[in-house]
Amino acid sequence: MREDQFRPGHYACPGCGVAIAMRLVLRALGKRVVVVVIPSCSAVIGGAYPNSAFSVPAFHSAFEIAAPTAAGIARALEILGQGDIPVVAFAGDGGTFDIGLQALSGAADRNENFIYVCLDNEAYMNTGIQSSSATPPLAWTTTTPSGRSGRKKQIMEIMAAHRIPYAATASIGYPQDLMEKVEKAKGIKGTRFIHVLTPCPTGWRMPESLTVKAAVLSVETKVFPLYEIEDGKRYRLTHIPKGLPVKEYLKIQGRYRHLSDGAVEAIQQEVDEAWDRLLGHVEAASKGGPRRN
Amino acid sequence: MRELLTGNYAIAEAVRLCRVQLVAAYPITPQTPIYERLSDWESQGRLGGVMMRMESEHSAMAACISASLTGVRVFTATSSQGLALMHEMLHFASGNRAPIVMACVNRALAVPWAFGSDQTDTLSQRDTGWIQFYCEDNQEALDTVIQAYRVSEEVLLPSMVVIDGFFTSHFLEPVEVPDQSLVDQFLPPVDIPRRFDVEDPRYVANVVSPPQYFHFRQRSFRDMERAKAVIQEVDQGFKEVFGRGYGLIEAVDVEDAEVVLVTSGSIASTARVAIRSLRDRGERAGLLKIKTFRPFPSKKVRHVLRGVPKVAVVDRNISMGKEGIFCQELKAALYALDARPAVFGYIAGLGGTDVSPGVLEEIVIATLRKDEPEDVPVWIPGD
Repeated sequence: MREDQFRPGHYACPGCGVAIAMRLVLRALGKRVVVVVIPSCSAVIGGAYPNSAFSVPAFHSAFEIAAPTAAGIARALEILGQGDIPVVAFAGDGGTFDIGLQALSGAADRNENFIYVCLDNEAYMNTGIQSSSATPPLAWTTTTPSGRSGRKKQIMEIMAAHRIPYAATASIGYPQDLMEKVEKAKGIKGTRFIHVLTPCPTGWRMPESLTVKAAVLSVETKVFPLYEIEDGKRYRLTHIPKGLPVKEYLKIQGRYRHLSDGAVEAIQQEVDEAWDRLLGHVEAASKGGPRRN
Repeated sequence: MRELLTGNYAIAEAVRLCRVQLVAAYPITPQTPIYERLSDWESQGRLGGVMMRMESEHSAMAACISASLTGVRVFTATSSQGLALMHEMLHFASGNRAPIVMACVNRALAVPWAFGSDQTDTLSQRDTGWIQFYCEDNQEALDTVIQAYRVSEEVLLPSMVVIDGFFTSHFLEPVEVPDQSLVDQFLPPVDIPRRFDVEDPRYVANVVSPPQYFHFRQRSFRDMERAKAVIQEVDQGFKEVFGRGYGLIEAVDVEDAEVVLVTSGSIASTARVAIRSLRDRGERAGLLKIKTFRPFPSKKVRHVLRGVPKVAVVDRNISMGKEGIFCQELKAALYALDARPAVFGYIAGLGGTDVSPGVLEEIVIATLRKDEPEDVPVWIPGD
């Protein structure tokens, strides 16, 4: 049994998906790791001075710089002969898709040596549920009171376009898969990106008991498929979803309460198209690049 | 060894001599030649450290902060818009007590777009908690970088080493480049706190309560005050090893002066010529060069200017709605005197306009003729 590096008594809301994800990621990484958090739920969850929910060194950096902060630590550890210590950055969807995207792109382009975990709860939850570019279409937030008009930014495609050695999606509904991906990432050098959908009862307007169920349904409805991408091109599914109707996922969340049947159908169509596109990538990869393993 | 170097290249030499372990940088005129020269040396295996070629100045400072807190000696350089973009991170660096040294090459801030020297970029960062040194020539730039690492690593506050764009950054001057062995003797290998130790895990920079915040700020203030003594000790030690010293401020011919010119940066070197020429004509003029702007050496300034009837402050910077920034600081420092000199403010050299010895002589003569200073500064367009 692996030891938890994320302690009880943290500051997360009841039923927080982010806290579950952090616990799993840190359990997979072990005791020798340096953690970077930025303004987001993850930073608040870590606790206030002089307390800490982390039993490993952690740094609360600034909003848009999770990536260069992690890169600076990793470079310095290398200089100090401690290059074996992994650096993991936890950032929210706002800090990743929006304000931190330029810095993340720069670091990924340089293939800086860190694991970047995007804890995506699909809005600025820490400041009270404002829309980000990770907020899905038609979802309610306090700044999209009649539903978001934009579409969710395809962060995995953006990261794949940087041809980083490893990118993966992961879910708190599938802890074994999540931890295996973190372990795999740990064994690779360079920029590694893990996108975790972290349901948020507070912001998604659902009971605290439904966090894990929402995570499972997001995967099984193909809203959030589980896969990995190596070197920006080798796509591989790590779980075959049941293909449940998207409605099953939407109906447990108050943020979708206002949706008409037509709107649900439109979302289903978008999910189907995205799945087909993903399958296309997976099939292209399996048709045999020479380096496929 | 004596070499012909630009101010930028003199700074690059200092960075190499200080055995900087990590440089995170981003290009901007007129700082870029520092970044380029360090990159050349890295590719030739002569730098001894690693370069991070960042995608913005904001990220450059972010990487400097986290690497410094991990325990390595870091450097970056910037100018103008780049420094303005860094602003958020400057507070972050000093609050985290990261002993970063950064070269700042003064350049006008947009708009209008311009490239010449103007100190408003660095002086706008006055309240970010950084030590600020204003250097008058290339030799002083090199020497100050070396001193700055000693000072910053002692008080755990970051330092800006400031030079004028083009006048200093791009002009060639003979510069004494010290031997590596002497620099090693003066500046020992880096020994700063390693804040991310897996054997002794801490949560660095997390959220504090209002009283805790107050306390942390007070500690930074106390150490910034302490820096005044540390800067002087380091400068004295430097003088013993290298034969050159600068002090917090430097006063020239002030004892019997009727007017003392107060200025900084490359204008200070021009002022030396102006003062000599005025003295030759029988005018009792003096010079006060302010090298260290933060912490501000108020006591020293009062000591030097006590009894001087008139002071003319020449500012290559402007705070809109008030006056030159050195002028404000000087007035505030002098307020504690019973008999204060009359302080005359002049704005000159903005945007890189030339401030010749003739212009400075005219300023002194004009100050001699006036009885009372005006409330607003006198603008000297220059060439």
